[in-house]
Amino acid sequence: MSQEPQTEEVRSCFLSNKQFEKLFEILYGLDYEVIGPIIDQGAITYDRLTSVNDLPRGWTDVQEPGKYRLQERDDDALFGYVVGPHSWKKHLFPPVSTLSVADRTEEGWQFSEVEEDRPKLAFLGVRACELAALKIQDRVFLGGAYVDPIYQGRRAETLIIAVNCTQAAATCFCTSMNTGPRCQSGFDLALTELTDGFVVEVATPAGETVIQALKTQELSDEQLTQASAARQQAVDQIERELDTTDIHDLLMSNLESSHWDDVAERCLSCTNCTMVCPTCFCSSVEEVSDLTGDHVERQRMWDSCFNMNFSYMNGGLVRNNIRNRYRQWLTHKLATWIDQFGTSGCVGCGRCISWCPVGIDLTQEVAAIRKDGET
Amino acid sequence: MNSCSATTGGDGNSANNPWLPQSAVIRSISAEVRDVATYQLALTDPAAAAAYRFQPGQFNMLYVPGAGESAISMSGNPETHDSLLHTIRFAGNVTRSIAGMKVGDTLGLRGPFGTSWPLESCVGQDVILVAGGIGLPPLRPVIYRLLAERQRYGRLHLLYGARSPEMRLYTEEYEQWSEGGLDVRQTVDRSSPGWHGNLGVVPLLLERLPAFDPARTVLMICGPDLMMRFTARAALQMGMTAEQIWVSTERNMQCAVGLCGHCQLGPEFICKDGPVFRYDRISPYMKVEGL
Ligand SMILES: Cc1cc2nc3c(=O)[nH]c(=O)nc-3n(C[C@H](O)[C@H](O)[C@H](O)COP(=O)(O)OP(=O)(O)OC[C@H]3O[C@@H](n4cnc5c(N)ncnc54)[C@H](O)[C@@H]3O)c2cc1C
Ligand code: SF4
Ligand code: SF4
Ligand code: FES
Repeated sequence: MSQEPQTEEVRSCFLSNKQFEKLFEILYGLDYEVIGPIIDQGAITYDRLTSVNDLPRGWTDVQEPGKYRLQERDDDALFGYVVGPHSWKKHLFPPVSTLSVADRTEEGWQFSEVEEDRPKLAFLGVRACELAALKIQDRVFLGGAYVDPIYQGRRAETLIIAVNCTQAAATCFCTSMNTGPRCQSGFDLALTELTDGFVVEVATPAGETVIQALKTQELSDEQLTQASAARQQAVDQIERELDTTDIHDLLMSNLESSHWDDVAERCLSCTNCTMVCPTCFCSSVEEVSDLTGDHVERQRMWDSCFNMNFSYMNGGLVRNNIRNRYRQWLTHKLATWIDQFGTSGCVGCGRCISWCPVGIDLTQEVAAIRKDGET
Repeated sequence: MNSCSATTGGDGNSANNPWLPQSAVIRSISAEVRDVATYQLALTDPAAAAAYRFQPGQFNMLYVPGAGESAISMSGNPETHDSLLHTIRFAGNVTRSIAGMKVGDTLGLRGPFGTSWPLESCVGQDVILVAGGIGLPPLRPVIYRLLAERQRYGRLHLLYGARSPEMRLYTEEYEQWSEGGLDVRQTVDRSSPGWHGNLGVVPLLLERLPAFDPARTVLMICGPDLMMRFTARAALQMGMTAEQIWVSTERNMQCAVGLCGHCQLGPEFICKDGPVFRYDRISPYMKVEGL
């Protein structure tokens, strides 16, 4: 699935709004569980969808450092929002999962795996920056000598229906990270929303199977022009920038910068930035026993380098203050990630900026370090 | 998706699911010094037991259900294939639970994991092993191998520092090691009655080594971070290069295979890029406080 498609080569067609409603039945018919945007507790999150009516029709999100709020649109757009606090990672790398089970027997401890029922997942509404994040997590969990079986099992059957952004939030900086706003690869289908329907790019056989089941039309020149104008609107709206020139060396040669102390005065070490980040993968393992202690499960839970105990060792903490923890996060995300996985750990989605309660903005932190470094 | 097909794991026995422990039985337990004992373990699955191999410097994750896992190096002879030795200091939750176990009890085991000491680059060279405290167990497999192939190497030294004479590990083996051609030198932080040996930190032993030829020496260090840095610094001052020095680093570990993020030190994952590193690669990060 999601074989690296070339945008130039993929087939495109038009899908009317009426036909789009049928997409859900088609996906269920193919045994997919559909995950997509819904409104929950004042934010757009990704969860199970039952029909087109679950989509946030006519809503958008307004984002700024430390701020996120929903606002009504003056049209009926289904995908007229940008990105919310959730990312797709929670469906592939669940916040809690059972790694192994231990049972006490006559012959001692027996260890086994848990049979997870692995639903076929269809992700609807994946943005370009999120496609990039998926590729990064693929590298982390599948690209090394050891593969994470939970991620692998869920990822293998995932169908990806991407949506090109037609507007950007004030927190977006995908253009700096070369990850968007146009969906280039890593999807089965990609949609560009117009008022009366969608321009669809079909990139893989799995995508073709879905689209064959629907009635599509040949694209008109006008539709092509409209789609491209809609996508250009997102490009034009992106204001935020992160200058990535030599960023690895910039950060790694400024590990003792006084700027880290400055961030530490503001950062609450609340972990929000890591929880909302679509690429962060840190986790911890806990023991969960039944009452007798004869049946024990090992559970993996999301963790964060901002948590105190994360670096606990020999009775002490390696990163014993916020300065060290923010430094770990930023240098990992933007610099050492490149050493480890050959790519930045940041896709420019801006979530960490919106969801930081004190509005810390990594693009500004990097700019400040760059400025310090020059003087 | 291309990367999905890359399912072959590393050299571990649980390659298909790196999270799944195997069952291992305690065959024997020998007390070493206060709060330290050596456990002889055998994998209960005969096929897995027969297939298990490790390189000196590698480690296992030992698992006590309900208590958790700990990274513990192999401390036995890598040529012994029917069982495994682990020398464990009872430091906290998991290791204390192990301390409460007896012969015949089972625990979980994942591994072997991590990089190993550079024995191949030692051929034709002098080798100096420097250990501090519980840093000796991860170097003992190196000693067994060096002595088994004694003629392949030049002069062999072990410089061992312990807190006190009573805390020295494996004292009953020193004579055999010396006879095999390993020069064993010891020092303690605190003396006690009957001790006539060296007093002071390990780097002193290095500085006092006679006939030390920095150009043809490989140095392997295992102990607390600070001890490793001071020893490496002394070696550098004596004319060795960072490329000839190797250290075994320690961090909190949860997955041991690069999936959980816990063990990071700068760009390195201690679990899979280490624990054994060439000093020039890791020293820039060992020096940064709180990294
Ligand atoms: C590669 C590697 C090889 C090791 N080999 C040995 C060995 O051969 N023998 C031996 O006795 N110990 C060894 N250790 C150290 C051992 O893993 C820790 O002492 C371990 O924490 C003890 O586990 P515990 O659960 O009993 O302690 P915990 O309850 O986890 O805590 C005990 C103390 O150790 C600290 N700690 C937690 N995790 C680590 C860690 N990974 N490393 C160091 N301290 C930690 C805690 O802060 C605490 O103070 C090794 C560690 C690593 C990383
Ligand atoms: S670091 Fe921030 S902007 Fe970058 S991918 Fe993570 S949440 Fe998005
Ligand atoms: S940077 Fe902001 S979101 Fe991240 S830990 Fe600090 S206060 Fe929380
Ligand atoms: S211990 Fe999990 S990444 Fe190294």
